[in-house]
Amino acid sequence: MVTLTFILYKFLLVLVVFLIALGIAAYATYGERKIAAFTQDRMGPSKAGPYGLLQPIADGVKMFMKEEIIPDVSNKTLFIIGPCIAMLTACMTGVVIPWGRPLVINGTEYPLQITDINIGILYVFGVVSIGVYGIMIGGWASNNKFSLLGAIRASAQMVSYEVAMGLSIIALIMTTGTISLSEIAAQQEHGLWGVVKQPLGFLIFLICAFAECNRAPFDLAECETELIGGYHTEYSSMKLGFYLFSEYVNMFISSAVISTLYFGGYNMPFVSDLGLSNNTLALLGVGFLFLKIFFFIFFFMWIRWTIPRFRYDQLMNLGWKTLIPLSILNIFLTGGVMMARDYFHF
Amino acid sequence: MQLTNRSKVVSNKEMSLKERLYLPAIVNGMGITLRHIFKKPVTIDYPDVKKEMSSVYRGQHVLKRDEHGAERCTACGLCAVACPAEAITMISAERKKGEEKLYREEKYAAVYEINMLRCIFCGLCEEACPKEAIFLTDKIVPSTFERDEFIYGKSVLTEPYPGAVDVSKRQTAAVKEFKQHPEAQHNKLR
Repeated sequence: MVTLTFILYKFLLVLVVFLIALGIAAYATYGERKIAAFTQDRMGPSKAGPYGLLQPIADGVKMFMKEEIIPDVSNKTLFIIGPCIAMLTACMTGVVIPWGRPLVINGTEYPLQITDINIGILYVFGVVSIGVYGIMIGGWASNNKFSLLGAIRASAQMVSYEVAMGLSIIALIMTTGTISLSEIAAQQEHGLWGVVKQPLGFLIFLICAFAECNRAPFDLAECETELIGGYHTEYSSMKLGFYLFSEYVNMFISSAVISTLYFGGYNMPFVSDLGLSNNTLALLGVGFLFLKIFFFIFFFMWIRWTIPRFRYDQLMNLGWKTLIPLSILNIFLTGGVMMARDYFHF
Repeated sequence: MQLTNRSKVVSNKEMSLKERLYLPAIVNGMGITLRHIFKKPVTIDYPDVKKEMSSVYRGQHVLKRDEHGAERCTACGLCAVACPAEAITMISAERKKGEEKLYREEKYAAVYEINMLRCIFCGLCEEACPKEAIFLTDKIVPSTFERDEFIYGKSVLTEPYPGAVDVSKRQTAAVKEFKQHPEAQHNKLR
């Protein structure tokens, strides 16, 4: 009986997280267009529903209704697998994120995290690196030189920036002493937020997160002026939709990871001292986490409509010659400060 | 020669540390975009909101009726002659007994067509018209997909009755002077 409720609860949680991720990704497309418009003194989508709020639904219907073209010269199996992997990996990352502190109902604890594996960060990294395959396979299977160039760019970029990202995380792990996301989030309830302990690490992580999501200013993989559409040049209908959609899901998950690692996750300073009941706190925490996530999604878009795209050599220079040395320096600095603290007891 | 004060001298000097860091420039740029987010958009939400046109704007034509609702056009063909783009064609017909309420004079235009793809909206037709029957309004000619849909017949051009189209903006000094001319007294609008 206990196992049945357990499975039911987990299933429900998975469903809810999945739907929320998809919903937010759908409305992120709307938000992106609105923010793009506002930064350029335009109005953005306004015809579908009040303030254009039904635009994502209209776009979805459009994507499904469009003619599906699979090029004759493409590798058909891989051509279909590509977007599937992109979407799958985008949705898989959400399982390890602690969405809030555990709810307690009738003495039973219900954690608001789908699975609390003790290597949460490594899991996120592992799944994100599989995401490269979605792009790579799609670009390769299209049998089109623009697609291939886009795919090569994307994979080279993601591989390069993963190094700096991993190194910046190592410094954070040194301060937290754990790689379980739920413990990292719980530590920040009373301790300082990660961003205070690791300002340089946060900056490196943020820049790498932009590169990992293939977002501007690192969106060379779909650079329209040079590569038509990049790796999804040959794609149409909902397969194209999956690629575009997975980018927004990735953005949502990255924002959640950044909030959890560096901005206290579901915690907000002083709220736990208000003397609220555990369940109220838990629900409030979910709200705080989503506020932070929304801010970072906005931040992603804000950056996109501010900064022009990097050139490919600039991108590689930044990744290998600036971010990696900086993150190694950050590890040494962190280690030095920790040793000094042990030695002088402050 | 200096035309504006906006020219900037470019140099290849080494970038300073602040410039090489790139982050201050990004923060600066983000400040600019954030300011623009809170600015009022300059877009006019056409066709929900329509911009006020200049008083001399020349848009879609209207065929006027007199105060009793009878068509003013007598199919004299002067507008068609005046038209530099040869956009106007018409077929005249004689008014039958009992049609006095429909047509003001003994002759009227049974067919009156303007090809909006040919029309250059110069307004010479309205200058040529001795009966004050044709005017250009501030209405924008809508676009369609088929060429033949741009040939506007009487059903589109003639103003509804009641509900006269306001053309007072097009009644310029020259038009008024023309109306004052003794030979044209009988054509007075209202």
